[in-house]
Amino acid sequence: MKFTLSWLKDHLDTEASLAEVTETLTRIGLEVEALDDPGAKLASFTIAHVISAEQHPNADRLRVCMVDTGSGEPVQVVCGAPNARTGMKSVFSPPGTFIPGKGITLGVGTIRGVESRGMLCSAAELEISEDHDGIIDLPEDAPLGARYADWAQLSDPVIEINLTPNRPDCTSIHGIARDLAAAGLGKLKSDVVPQVKGAFPNPQKVTLALAKGEEKLCPAFALRLVRGVRNGPSPDWMQRRLKAIGLRPINALVDITNYVTFDRGRPLHVFDAKKVAGALVVRRSQAGETVLGLDGRVYGFTGHETVIADDNGVESIAGVMGGEHSGCDDATTDVLIESALWDPMDIARTGRNLGIVTDARYRFERGVDPNFMLPGVELATRLVMDLCGGEPSEVTVAGAVPDTGFIINFPLSETRRLTGLESSDREQRRILEALGFSVSGNGPMIKVSPPSWRPDIHGKADLTEEVMRIAGVDRVPSTPLDRGGTVPKPVLTLIQKRTRMAKRTLAGRGMVEAVTWSFIAKAQAELFGGGQPALALANPIASDLSDMRPTLLVGLATAAQRNADRGYGDVALFEVGQVFRGDKPDDQFMAATGLRRGLARPTGAGRHWQGTAAADIYDIKADAMAVLAAVGAPMAGIQVVQGGPAWFHPGRSGTFQMGPQTVFGAFGELHPRVLEALDVKGPLLAFEILLDKLPPPKVRPTRTKPQLVLSPFQPVERDFAFLVDRAVKAGDLVKAAQGVDKQLITSVEVFDVYEGKGIDAAKKSVALAVTLQPRDKTLTDAEIDAVAAKIVAEVTKKTGGTLRA
Amino acid sequence: MTDLATLETDLTAQIAAAADEAALEAVRVAALGKKGSLSALLATLGQMAPEERKTAGAAINQVKDRVTEALGQRREVLKSAALDARLAAETVDVTLPVRESPTETGRIHPISQVMDELTAIFADMGFAIAEGPDIETDDYNFTKLNFPEGHPAREMHDTFFFNPKPNGERMLLRTHTSPVQVRTMLSNKPPIRVICPGRTYRCDSDQTHTPMFHQVEGLVIDKGSHIGHLKWILEEFCKAFFEVDSVKMRFRPSFFPFTEPSMEVDIQCNRQGGEVRFGEGEDWLEILGCGMVHPNVIRNCGLDPDIYQGFAWGMGIDRIAMLKYGINDLRQFFEADVRWLSHYGFRPLDLPSLAGGLSS
Repeated sequence: MKFTLSWLKDHLDTEASLAEVTETLTRIGLEVEALDDPGAKLASFTIAHVISAEQHPNADRLRVCMVDTGSGEPVQVVCGAPNARTGMKSVFSPPGTFIPGKGITLGVGTIRGVESRGMLCSAAELEISEDHDGIIDLPEDAPLGARYADWAQLSDPVIEINLTPNRPDCTSIHGIARDLAAAGLGKLKSDVVPQVKGAFPNPQKVTLALAKGEEKLCPAFALRLVRGVRNGPSPDWMQRRLKAIGLRPINALVDITNYVTFDRGRPLHVFDAKKVAGALVVRRSQAGETVLGLDGRVYGFTGHETVIADDNGVESIAGVMGGEHSGCDDATTDVLIESALWDPMDIARTGRNLGIVTDARYRFERGVDPNFMLPGVELATRLVMDLCGGEPSEVTVAGAVPDTGFIINFPLSETRRLTGLESSDREQRRILEALGFSVSGNGPMIKVSPPSWRPDIHGKADLTEEVMRIAGVDRVPSTPLDRGGTVPKPVLTLIQKRTRMAKRTLAGRGMVEAVTWSFIAKAQAELFGGGQPALALANPIASDLSDMRPTLLVGLATAAQRNADRGYGDVALFEVGQVFRGDKPDDQFMAATGLRRGLARPTGAGRHWQGTAAADIYDIKADAMAVLAAVGAPMAGIQVVQGGPAWFHPGRSGTFQMGPQTVFGAFGELHPRVLEALDVKGPLLAFEILLDKLPPPKVRPTRTKPQLVLSPFQPVERDFAFLVDRAVKAGDLVKAAQGVDKQLITSVEVFDVYEGKGIDAAKKSVALAVTLQPRDKTLTDAEIDAVAAKIVAEVTKKTGGTLRA
Repeated sequence: MTDLATLETDLTAQIAAAADEAALEAVRVAALGKKGSLSALLATLGQMAPEERKTAGAAINQVKDRVTEALGQRREVLKSAALDARLAAETVDVTLPVRESPTETGRIHPISQVMDELTAIFADMGFAIAEGPDIETDDYNFTKLNFPEGHPAREMHDTFFFNPKPNGERMLLRTHTSPVQVRTMLSNKPPIRVICPGRTYRCDSDQTHTPMFHQVEGLVIDKGSHIGHLKWILEEFCKAFFEVDSVKMRFRPSFFPFTEPSMEVDIQCNRQGGEVRFGEGEDWLEILGCGMVHPNVIRNCGLDPDIYQGFAWGMGIDRIAMLKYGINDLRQFFEADVRWLSHYGFRPLDLPSLAGGLSS
């Protein structure tokens, strides 16, 4: 919403400065978004008298002028303008002035040997027109020494406020003035519009032809004919104001409607009466109908819009935009002035569907003051008669203005309860009354009736807001919140703790946290088991951001490729974020996902003199296991099973589970076919764990750790090398050895795996280091040999392996 | 006795001349070994007269002691020299670069870090962390929050929708974290103090908007909390978060469908030199919206607004991260460019805490 300061002062009697006005607007919730103060820009340009203009001694085209600026001694100015002459009045700027049209700051200069202490200016130099043929030539009665911008009425500041959608009353300059007056910035001028008596009955017939139950689309419609008008350009003062707020003057009749729209928040429409055929009918559009709008575009209807039609068809889109056919032009002699009420929702929908944004729609969809429908007609009639002459008919009203009045029982204590503001009963009443509320009753509970222009007021909380914003939010004292007087308890939930732990753990392994889009392309989602219809956006912002992600792997894999394309191929990325398996809250999971590319190993990325190797599946497995351990997964119970989902390399992937029904993640090399479909170069090592699927830790009553029992006897370590078939899993060997004596055998480590020269091509050698921890006595050689024999027997039984000679 | 003196002189010279421990051992064996020169002299004692034996024995043993000591001293010298020589030979190039610790190269994204900072501050004030799903119902995202159907305020949200289901219901991506307010009020009894951080979505993309962003919502519901408390919390939060001693804030009346009264909050700052400094300067920067929870919202969540009251606020996590850490381009947050992440990200052990400071 834009307006000028002088226009505001039509409605507000105030001595306040521009700065006070703008500060107050922001303070009371009418946030000033932009301020253009042309007067400030042109403050140094004053009206001056050229005492003499004589030929420059050294230059044919220059003159040396003695200029009376209205203060002090005459000033010598060298001037190149052809129209500079003795006795003229023009615009002077002293040294130090910034010249907007030239982008320079004026200094004292010497031009061809003659000193010049200022400048006589052209309109172009002030950036007020394109005219640079000569200096501004002012009439003789222009006041010497006055600020030129003030005299030429160029200094009206334009204020733009960022109006919140709940305040239709401030789509009117009068409404803004009312708020400012309530805030103590002056006195609101009367808004009573005198009635103009109709000279004859209105011959134009109007009918509301809305189906039963749809009457609210147009509760009331007022129309008046003014005949014998002379249309043409509107007067300068009106054009100046309209231009200042960014409107293009059209002709007096149209300009009047725009003027009243801003002045009073009352949109109007004018029809050229001679172009209207038959009765004006307010009705629903019919599918297939069209209208040529005043903006020159053709709009087609669907049958859901409210329109004003006559025998010719649709003449106007109700409350949104008039039609070109019955519009007023310079030839108009008889004008119909329309002032109507429309349903805000209906106007919003129509405007949205047709893609029309107008000042009328802006107001009607927020809700105009129903009680100003008729005064709007009277005000417009008066302006038409003043500017274009003519004779008014009586006003025709179809329908009836609804009574929107109601009463709120308002305990004055409510303001303090909800805001903490101390405001006296008297002050609260004064503020509400100044805003146009009717207040009755005394004592703690008053009755408040909101004015017809405030459809945003519904109850007590709204009234406390009115009091607080006008009294000033600054007056509400900051009040410490009671913190309960105890040490705060932990607040994070299990999944929140797991999320944080997973992030810090992976970062601690040298990985870099990415945050990627929650939506990916459908084809990408389908590669990873997603792409269901329920997870496809109806209005994606781009075709590659169309479906909710079933995995974080797409985001990370494509990010790795982008980094590689920039020359950073050795990257280790992770993300801990949401993935979607359906549209219910329970279908959303928190996934911890990591990815390694190129030489990005846990020990460091890139080549290094101590050894260079590509990241491999065991690196990514270690990342995954680190996350599992950090978030408190029961590590002893977790099985690592060969193979994983289809998007992994079938031979180089594994699954984390606790039984086949409780799968919570997978790791491995991503499948080359999937990478190709993602347009990503591999190999890429990745893992994904769904943190929500991990069992919660056991709740324990105390924080006591289990008692530590230390054995006084030295542990014994024995090494075994087994020859097994290549397909045998090392995990099975470890499990077999471990199972021999769970008490005595405290660890089984795989310390070597060998395939190749010296052993059968179908076999591999797996070397285990088994640690025995005696508890009660030192083991004898015979006892150790007995355990060793059992280990060999068990491994042989479970895996077919033989002890390597 | 001149033989003995000569022998001693000779041996002493040999000891001093021994270049290494092996040479010294050879000298020792030659002197003190079974067939050594001094051993041979001692062996002659048995054939001497007792008197002669007494003086000669004493003299020979004195020489033996001196030689033994000289051998010991020389051995120490040679051992030490040998060690020095070995160590010198073992010299390595200490300027060879080592791998950086993973705890130095790993990075936490600024959004995660700021979420942890928010948690540290608000947990200390007794707030829990509430969360809700990204895919929401129209009811929770709008209707229960007092957005009437068809209201222009709904349009301003640029909502991402899913396709309607056969029953007409249409899910959407939450446009703000406020539906978590509703979920919290529906499932918890007052008093309620929560913050709700999370991802939010709007169909909007330009220099300062991305279709996905992060918000944090705060909610307090009890029987007495009012705007004075809200102001205090936000002032304390801003001081703690931006790590400044004082901060000047401006509360401007505004409008949100789900709060009444509503306010927007600006924070005073100095934006000169491309760096935002809080607690000084003349510029105002909008950082959040807030207000008293609208009576309709309280009622929609099954509570009586004449008994329960409270306030809520919401702000952009990405935005406050940008302000605090001087990050210019929002879009870079979601690009996963390792150069950007390494520069603006945080080390894994940079754990924000009130005791140790949010950032160090």
